[in-house]
Amino acid sequence: MLALFLRDLKLAIRTGGGFGLALAFFLIVVMFVPFGVGSDLTLLARIAPGILWIGALLACLLSLDRIFQLDAEDGTLNVLATSPIPLSGVTVAKSMAHWVTTGLPLTIAAIPLGYLLNLPSIAYAWLFVSLFIGTPALSFIGAFGAAITVGIKRGGLLLSLLVLPLYIPTLIFGAVTVIKAVEGSNPMPSLMFLAGLTLLSVVIMPFASALALKANLS
Amino acid sequence: MSLWEYANPVKFMGLSSRLIPTLSVLTILCLVTGIVWGFFGTPDDYKQGSTVKIIFLHVPSALMAINAWMMMLVASLVWLIRRHHVSALAAKAAAPIGITMTLIALGTGAIWGKPMWGTYWAWDPRLTSFMILFVFYLGYMALWSAIEDSDTAADLTSILCMIGSVFALLSRYAVNFWNQGLHQGASLSLDKEQHVDDTFYYPLLFCIAGFVLLFVLLVLIRTRTEIRLRRAAALAARNV
Amino acid sequence: MSFCVDKLCCVRGNTTILSDVSFELATGDCLILRGPNGIGKSTLLNTLAGLAPQGHGTSTLDPDDIAYSGHLDAIKFQLTVAENLQFWAGVYGTNTVASVMQGFGLTELANRPAGNLSAGQKRRVGLARLLVSDRKVWLMDEPTTSLDADHTALITKMIDDHCQSGGIAVLSTHIDLDIKNAQTLELSQFKPEQARNNDVFLEGSF
Repeated sequence: MLALFLRDLKLAIRTGGGFGLALAFFLIVVMFVPFGVGSDLTLLARIAPGILWIGALLACLLSLDRIFQLDAEDGTLNVLATSPIPLSGVTVAKSMAHWVTTGLPLTIAAIPLGYLLNLPSIAYAWLFVSLFIGTPALSFIGAFGAAITVGIKRGGLLLSLLVLPLYIPTLIFGAVTVIKAVEGSNPMPSLMFLAGLTLLSVVIMPFASALALKANLS
Repeated sequence: MSLWEYANPVKFMGLSSRLIPTLSVLTILCLVTGIVWGFFGTPDDYKQGSTVKIIFLHVPSALMAINAWMMMLVASLVWLIRRHHVSALAAKAAAPIGITMTLIALGTGAIWGKPMWGTYWAWDPRLTSFMILFVFYLGYMALWSAIEDSDTAADLTSILCMIGSVFALLSRYAVNFWNQGLHQGASLSLDKEQHVDDTFYYPLLFCIAGFVLLFVLLVLIRTRTEIRLRRAAALAARNV
Repeated sequence: MSFCVDKLCCVRGNTTILSDVSFELATGDCLILRGPNGIGKSTLLNTLAGLAPQGHGTSTLDPDDIAYSGHLDAIKFQLTVAENLQFWAGVYGTNTVASVMQGFGLTELANRPAGNLSAGQKRRVGLARLLVSDRKVWLMDEPTTSLDADHTALITKMIDDHCQSGGIAVLSTHIDLDIKNAQTLELSQFKPEQARNNDVFLEGSF
């Protein structure tokens, strides 16, 4: 599993496009918001938590289809299925690699982007922590969507349609955490829910993905 | 003799063709009784006027929107565990009915909401949950239509239905949490049970029974169609 | 070590394309699957590898003994030859990359990105994975595709050596390979008389 995790990291770095693309997309989404709603700083500060979370979520969505598609195309997935690593282990390794190359950079990039949106200073720590805790759920849920659509040519749009509804609870708990911090009330309850959601995803998603991959192999 | 025998396509076709006429009559009886009684046999509400009568469409359709998903979940589990083909096709057949029920619930809700709250739409937790349910149905149906091999499609949609159920439930509670978080003490409550008086209660029961029967009837008819489509596809494959 | 396949049925979609395939292989055996295109050579290999659903019948092949090589090479173009093999060594938990590359004439290619290789060289890297995996039973789908005569001989020798040293190989091929004590299995004999479509939806409906 470690070998697979490290190889996926190496591939993401070599092919480029991995984190670079997601980060650029995140920047553009955040940049578009003032174009769309005006540059009023108090308004921006109010909507910043939601924009940052939605932007990170959409940026994360971009690279999902590569999780399994590339390996399926060159036959690697078939060989992996006959290897000592169980398919659930394959999913864990790949979801982790996806998080390190996408979720983690997005979490870090959210801080300077928050400044651009005039996010109140009290909320930065909560923004970072909520994204840090919440983005693994996005990767694990996303890997499930990728496993479902791996056999479908040009399944990118379908992948979004399947995965986005599953992202709703993560988005709500994540954004509410930051909103509460901005409002000055207690963000801990929603952060705990978010952490619970991530743990749940980490536990059940690899098995669901393995089932989906198995159905797609035959 | 076990219940599972009816998972065989031939048995299912035989049984359903015998059930459908009876079911149709019962459905029409219940719906007509419920709706006529509800619309013309009940007094106007002292507060809501005659608009309250949309309850006879709104509540049953909302119930069935959720129950259809539950039925799909059970049918999906039966397919995953026991590999009964009819079960998978029944889940497939139920999805468009479920999404229609969701739309009716949202539509009647909007029509009711305008005179009551002065708006067609509010981001109330219940309304939002139904919107979310609608998207889950969309994803499920899109996946069915995207995969060519029928057994693979049944497998994948069943897994999606399972995981979707977990996340739809989570969304339901997350939405409650979110709404309280944003609008302290939101005043829009759809809690009707407290208001419902006996004069409304009995016709409502008829309407609910009618919608349940209608759902079962439509699922049977649509499953029969799906079975025929599968037979046609299997025949075409054999003759190649 | 040996395994036994008894009355195995292979299905593609809902159609049984091979029925009652039976054979038994023991240490040192090599089985060559022959038959016209579309008869089900790949499907049989996939079924043995556990990649395709199994119909009736049994196979005593242990999934932990299998090394599978399909018609795709399963190599990453962005990684070098050595990195590709190193990755598979990591997956299978073995440590034989250096010796395999030497024995297979890949040492001089070790640091070339796999994307720059010719089709034949890619094939060799793909097959070197079988050696790296250090598993007993090789399942190979058309291993000699896009290889020239010299390399075909090299692969033949590799399979031969594997069987001599106690392994088992099952492979499909269109050309004659010179492998000692290889058995040939003609798959046409297992073809059902009439391509049976055993879709449950056709049972008893007419």
